[in-house]
Amino acid sequence: MSAERFEKEWNGFFGNAWKDEINVRDFIQKNYTEYTGDESFLEGPTEATKKLWGRLQELQKQERAKGGVLDMETEIVSGLTAYGPGYIDESMKDLEQVVGLQTDKPLKRAFMPYGGIRMAEQACTTYGYQPSEKLHEIFTKYHKTHNQAVFDVYTPEIKKARHSHVITGLPDTYGRGRIVGDYRRVALYGIDFLIEKKKQDHLNCGDGEMTEDVVRLREEIAEQIKALQGMKEMAAVYGFDISRPASNAKEAVQWLYFGYLAAIKTQNGAAMSVGRVSTFLDIYIQRDLMEGLITEQQAQELIDHLVMKFRMVKFARIPSYNELFSGDPVWATLEVGGMSNDGRSLVTKTCYRFLHTLENMGPSPEPNLTVLYTVNLPTKFRAYASKVSIETSSIQYENDEVMRPFWGDDYSICCCVSATETGKEMQFFGARANLAKCLTYAINGGVDEKTFEQVGPKYRPITSEYLDYDEVMEKFDDMMEWLAGLYVNTLNLIQYMHDKYYYEAAEMALIDTDLRRTFATGIAGFSHVVDSLSAIKYAKVKTVRNEEGYVVDYETEGEFPRYGNDDDRADDIAVWLLKEFMTKIKKHHTYRDSEPTTSILTITSNVVYGKATGALPDGRKAGEPLSPGANPAYGAEQNGLLASLNSVAKIPYAYALDGISNTQTINPSALGNEPEERKYNLVSVLDGYFKQGAHHLNVNVFGTEKLIDAMNHPEKEEYANFTIRVSGYAVKFIDLTKEQQLDVISRTCHKHL
Amino acid sequence: MSIKGRVHSIESFGSADGPGVRFMVFLHGCPLRCQFCHNPDTWGSKKYEEMSADQILRQALRYKNYWGTNGGITISGGEPLLQIDFLLELFKKAKAQGVNTCIDTSGGCFTREGEWFKKFEELMNYTDLLLVDIKEINDERHRVLTTKSNENILDMARYLSDINKPVWIRHVLVPERSDYDEDLDQLNEFIKTLNNVEKVEVLPYHTLGVFKWEELGIDYQLEGIQPPTAERVENAHKRLHVEDYK
Repeated sequence: MSAERFEKEWNGFFGNAWKDEINVRDFIQKNYTEYTGDESFLEGPTEATKKLWGRLQELQKQERAKGGVLDMETEIVSGLTAYGPGYIDESMKDLEQVVGLQTDKPLKRAFMPYGGIRMAEQACTTYGYQPSEKLHEIFTKYHKTHNQAVFDVYTPEIKKARHSHVITGLPDTYGRGRIVGDYRRVALYGIDFLIEKKKQDHLNCGDGEMTEDVVRLREEIAEQIKALQGMKEMAAVYGFDISRPASNAKEAVQWLYFGYLAAIKTQNGAAMSVGRVSTFLDIYIQRDLMEGLITEQQAQELIDHLVMKFRMVKFARIPSYNELFSGDPVWATLEVGGMSNDGRSLVTKTCYRFLHTLENMGPSPEPNLTVLYTVNLPTKFRAYASKVSIETSSIQYENDEVMRPFWGDDYSICCCVSATETGKEMQFFGARANLAKCLTYAINGGVDEKTFEQVGPKYRPITSEYLDYDEVMEKFDDMMEWLAGLYVNTLNLIQYMHDKYYYEAAEMALIDTDLRRTFATGIAGFSHVVDSLSAIKYAKVKTVRNEEGYVVDYETEGEFPRYGNDDDRADDIAVWLLKEFMTKIKKHHTYRDSEPTTSILTITSNVVYGKATGALPDGRKAGEPLSPGANPAYGAEQNGLLASLNSVAKIPYAYALDGISNTQTINPSALGNEPEERKYNLVSVLDGYFKQGAHHLNVNVFGTEKLIDAMNHPEKEEYANFTIRVSGYAVKFIDLTKEQQLDVISRTCHKHL
Repeated sequence: MSIKGRVHSIESFGSADGPGVRFMVFLHGCPLRCQFCHNPDTWGSKKYEEMSADQILRQALRYKNYWGTNGGITISGGEPLLQIDFLLELFKKAKAQGVNTCIDTSGGCFTREGEWFKKFEELMNYTDLLLVDIKEINDERHRVLTTKSNENILDMARYLSDINKPVWIRHVLVPERSDYDEDLDQLNEFIKTLNNVEKVEVLPYHTLGVFKWEELGIDYQLEGIQPPTAERVENAHKRLHVEDYK
């Protein structure tokens, strides 16, 4: 392969390494232009943007009026070339700078049976659509699905643990997602180059022994090559030839989007992230601007239209899924900012352009805009992000300083908060273990506190009236050991079947063949376990038993330190809990020799998980929501926002490489009296929090009054796009269930009297 | 010798009382009885915690990462100057650590006489900024609003101007109590005679503290008075020339 081959497309680009081998990072490093100025260069929306976005908002309104789904496919199985071209509006298609829909119509949800035919059908019937009988026959009689395969091999023990929700949210009824194809490759290299490289990999794989691993990999590479060919056909439907690299900014945006479109046409994973694309695209935009081929207004239009597409991604979901992940999220996570290893920031004008979409088209939950933050980012960029945060509550922040050492300087966020090396890694997503329930199992000898079934091992229960700290800790340790083992095994089995029956060929085609795999476990109920153990240690906890003698409630007498007040007595327990759980996970074999990690994040599923969890010694009553992610328990924070942040900042990222999510809501008046003050005070808060090694922060800026009004008057125009950050993603507040709205409202809103 | 402060409460995140992000300490006790007070629980003999300067400073410094270049500690209340010995010790120690110090005061106990004034003069060596509340320039109305005369309060403002100590002048805008055009103009004239004013802030009266009055069983004397309208706030901004001080 030689550089001359793409003389036109690569004209003006520096560097050599990336020309011979696939190396997008090298391309970025050799060619990007850091921007340290302010936002004054930005342009407002063009007429075309206003028209298209206006039309899309009408469609979104219709969608909501129809109960959350505008249209659904029932006859065609989704795939790269399942449909002809589709546009936001046929009559305005010439206005679209970036084209391509998941189906033939905007916001229409595709039929995706490979994860499980029953779920695909249930999604249809839930919204009043009749699924195809023929497809039913095919996917029950002739083609097995992921869901069916998993249930074929589940053990009775796994089924019980799954049913009681001590292991919960498992990706056995939905796609595991979290695999970020390096969609930039489509633009930089074109499909033919990528196919050639994969063909070489295929040739070089299997020269030795034909072991099971090798056979599987050879088959997977073959699938990837087919997917790449499919992408070309898909683009051809829209009249584009993506066999060659993109030759200008408009093509780069379009090519990249085709790569992403291929992913969302073939997979319905819980998280379908876009990745870190802003600085890459900036190189193309910068080249065109320098050559006078486009104006700033056109550059912004390209980004606005690309983002509009990310705002349109939809999947057909079932009610139980919507309860877990409320508000129709897809985690089209997209990052801006971050630092290069050589000390330059990776902030470019296109990082600004992406954030600016929130001003040009208003707040929006998708794409899940993430600022890779560090105090070393240019001051003006931090201030601008803070300003947009305060106006839209649509941005999350993640600490580049703690992630870069583990994932390099070209990682993406593959879900809500989890980092992944772009194009060099895939992740086995594995939901969470409910450690709050695990604690009640320890006390009740493996008997579930809600159903009174023997779910865990029949260890000796605690029989005393008052809980003794040492005794509880010993039993909790044993029960956690059991849970970690069962959890890892359950995930091993799920990931095996997902690879076999629902392989992500299109995304994996855009990732190196020789790749890193991580195995992402997770913890639910974190702060409640910490506070409960603290209560047992520092106060007196009396058990309340039912007639059979099982503990069903607790009476806690006296004060005890709670996580969320910068009190080391409680926070030390938090650190211990994470380390202990991770240590236990690591003891086990993980599928395909993946690296085990864990997270402390729960999405909106904290409400559902809470329903399945009994009373706890920290005073939380049975059925009440768990606090989300690594957030302190509701009402526990008594010393203000910064004390709470300090507690969360103590949790060591090295032990929770899959992420530590924290969501805080700040009343605007608590940030300062004037807009300028607020902007810089939020920067100070972020600086201080991340300097201490904290991982993640969702920032909401609004008062409780606004939430209550939006809950009572969802019909008001001003709330149509009212976006709030929840654990690890953003939602339109009015799309949450009433229960979740109440949950959000009841959480501490930091204000200052 | 370690003097204990009588601390009403502490807040790790203050952003409305002084520049940047600030650690707030609310001290107990106040000579005034302002009708609009949102912390009436700092007045009486209700509960407070005794803390040493070291204790407070140790706690405050846990948040220094958030202070950036302009944040620090603000001592509010109640009336912090009632505990001037404690304040002096705390600020000496804070300054030794390079912490930005700020006092939020109504000046209600200011006097140019005796030991107290000597201590105040010394305290100013360790104070970066004072937020001086001038509740009403009209002394009669001031008495109604706060039960005390404003004479010594205005004198403190003059003294601080004489020694060139930076201040922010704040005025709580309460309809029917401290929102009269002629008083606002007079206040503006007074502020213009001072040469140390970095900022003038109009704080619109709010009702967030009313529940505390109810809890304390004290009659709330502003019952029925609503927060000022946006027009009145704007009016006060103009008459006090708030924009000129930025």
